[in-house]
Amino acid sequence: MKDEKPLYIPRRQIIRGIIASTAFGVTSQLWTGCTPSEPTTTDTTATPPASGSELTIGFIFVGPKDDFGYNQSHFQGQGVISQLAGVKTVDEANVPETATVQETMLSMINQNGATVLFPTSFGYFDPHILKIAKENPTVQFLHCGGMYKEGVHPTNVGSYYGYIDEAEYISGIVAALTTKSGKLGFVAAKPIPQVLRNINSYTLGARSVNPTATVQVIFTGDWSIPVKEAEAANSMVDQGVDVMTCHVDSPKVVIETAEKRKIFCTGYHVDQSQLAPNGFLTGSEWNWGKVYTTYVEQVKAGKTLADGGIPHLVRGGLKEEFCKLSSYGSAVTDATKKEADAVLAKFMDGTMVIYAGEIKDNTGKIVIAKDKKLMQTDPTLEKMDWLVEGVVGKIG
Amino acid sequence: MNVLSSWRSLSEKIIIPIAALILSLVVFGIFCALNGTNPFAVYSVIYQSAFGSAFSWQGTLVRAAPLMLTALCTALPARLGLVVIGNEGALVMGGIGAIAAGLAFSSLPPLVVQIAMAIAAIILGGIWIMGVGALKYYRGVNETISSLLMNYIAIAILNTLVEGPMRDPSSLNKPSTYPLLEVNWLQSIPGSRVHFGLIYGLIACVIAYFLIQRTTFGFGVRTAGGNIRAAKIAGLPVGKLTLAVCFLAGSCAGLAGMVEVAAIHHRANASLNTGYGYSGILVAFVARNNPLASVLVAILLGGLLASGSGLQRSLGLNDASVLVFQGIVFLVILFSESMYGKLDFFKDRQVPPKITPSTQPIA
Repeated sequence: MKDEKPLYIPRRQIIRGIIASTAFGVTSQLWTGCTPSEPTTTDTTATPPASGSELTIGFIFVGPKDDFGYNQSHFQGQGVISQLAGVKTVDEANVPETATVQETMLSMINQNGATVLFPTSFGYFDPHILKIAKENPTVQFLHCGGMYKEGVHPTNVGSYYGYIDEAEYISGIVAALTTKSGKLGFVAAKPIPQVLRNINSYTLGARSVNPTATVQVIFTGDWSIPVKEAEAANSMVDQGVDVMTCHVDSPKVVIETAEKRKIFCTGYHVDQSQLAPNGFLTGSEWNWGKVYTTYVEQVKAGKTLADGGIPHLVRGGLKEEFCKLSSYGSAVTDATKKEADAVLAKFMDGTMVIYAGEIKDNTGKIVIAKDKKLMQTDPTLEKMDWLVEGVVGKIG
Repeated sequence: MNVLSSWRSLSEKIIIPIAALILSLVVFGIFCALNGTNPFAVYSVIYQSAFGSAFSWQGTLVRAAPLMLTALCTALPARLGLVVIGNEGALVMGGIGAIAAGLAFSSLPPLVVQIAMAIAAIILGGIWIMGVGALKYYRGVNETISSLLMNYIAIAILNTLVEGPMRDPSSLNKPSTYPLLEVNWLQSIPGSRVHFGLIYGLIACVIAYFLIQRTTFGFGVRTAGGNIRAAKIAGLPVGKLTLAVCFLAGSCAGLAGMVEVAAIHHRANASLNTGYGYSGILVAFVARNNPLASVLVAILLGGLLASGSGLQRSLGLNDASVLVFQGIVFLVILFSESMYGKLDFFKDRQVPPKITPSTQPIA
């Protein structure tokens, strides 16, 4: 009897479990049994009518669509093109960078009839997009990050990215003209080239108007850890920092912490002025709506990535409207606005060069020689692994 | 086992889970109707995107595959009375072991490389959770807290290795290790897009079931889980059992990490840590720590995740509504557990004493 008890109860659970799941399958089968069953092969035949009259475009986000950050910036872009005639968008949020995103892409293609996909997270590219793109050569895959390599990656993959550090440069100017302590704070996710470039441009902008200003950097180590971001922000305020900015997936926590501690802040990814009505100065915003509209026009004109009609690599900055500056907050003085607008005008007419020598890193080493000018398109800038003079902090 | 004479208790096992599922669908339907979405369209999408076609079934199984293995990391120690939630950490450690072995032996034949990767993952993941068991048995450290905290240590180790000594310098903006050679990738099951990790999960769950339910080792584990003092008096080597079970638990999650590396990512990076471990805890709890039931619960959860994707794509529900749906289903299933043995209709008329101890000896 004693021997039998432990054996008996689990058996009961197994049967219960087996039945529960099969029951779910069976009941669902029965209740949609009256609707015509849809074998997988019909999915492909369902695509042409959709693409003939209407273009279906799929968007995939790694986090929530209203994160006041990276995902929201792309969602706003989706909002712009969903208004265009003959365009239908489908989307899915909170898709991790695992086999799940491959499933989502396949489902968008096969079940929703999408012929253009924007899987927006950087980590979706390799191996997920590359694998699915190879299997679906007629679908256009457009990825944010600028990772396309000619001859290595499938020809129906394209990448785009923006030189948002131009807007960071101007944010740095506004921050340095507003600060009283001369100490600026930057909460950053990881010491990777994209992030370092933003920190350096921000610092160069700040020191172009206030050569004694310093930028304190704290790397949190990951894209979204709100607790560490708040800790980093608070500790910098305690050290006398009075203007704060960040490069993390969702700047919400940093901006709100800055407002709570009654200091100034500049935003990133999207407009965060409503999070900090008093301290918000300006910020760098993506303008994906413009980029996506161009892509949609090209696709509608019958062009594809594979035949070369759509360029595989698309990049731009303020001038090309890939990014923009948030409207100035109430704390920005007219003199500051004037100075910032002057630099903005130089970016818009293409005469502004951020990385013009001589530039030293914060260990005193010369990283860009005198008289050398690195244009925004220069590939060496995309391998950046140094922090410019004036940054307090180190990589690793 | 006379099936006919115990039809009432059998039907209990059928009717209660079905009723729970239907109830949760009704509740979610009301929620959708209040939000202005047609509930019947919702039901149709849930079914179509989870189990409606061979295409959807594969999507469900792809999502379920890692959960079967990670669920065992909670289910096995639970039979010993330990609540271990270090699944994520063991998975990450397994992934690290797998990529290290995969890169170190890359010149050997693919089968050898894959076996080496699996063994490395099993050992690393196993030792990781064995550490939790040792802390518990020898030092009396609470295993739930220590295993949870060890998750963070594992993730930190992964990030350090991937951004430091093991980094491929060409992985600029997403630090990763060097990739595996293509011949060493774990392939898909022929004729489908589900990788072999699913088979690993099924086999591991079946082995775990027989180990726990049909062997003297398993009997010892269950006895120690029921009453550790009685087990010690009976002369069972409780310390060894604890370490062995924790090793097996961790090795299953470690194997899940190997599958992620070898079949999906082909390299190790921060994407290893995306919550498969935590979903595995949920699966084990809902399956009441039964390895075979874990298989079915994992498939159910895979289906729920797939239908969550379908609801967002086809009906434009936002991701929060999808979480509401998944939450309702699991809450109702967990609540339905309390209905067993409560309804008189399901009580067998001839031999009631056999059914009365319906509470779990280990919970």
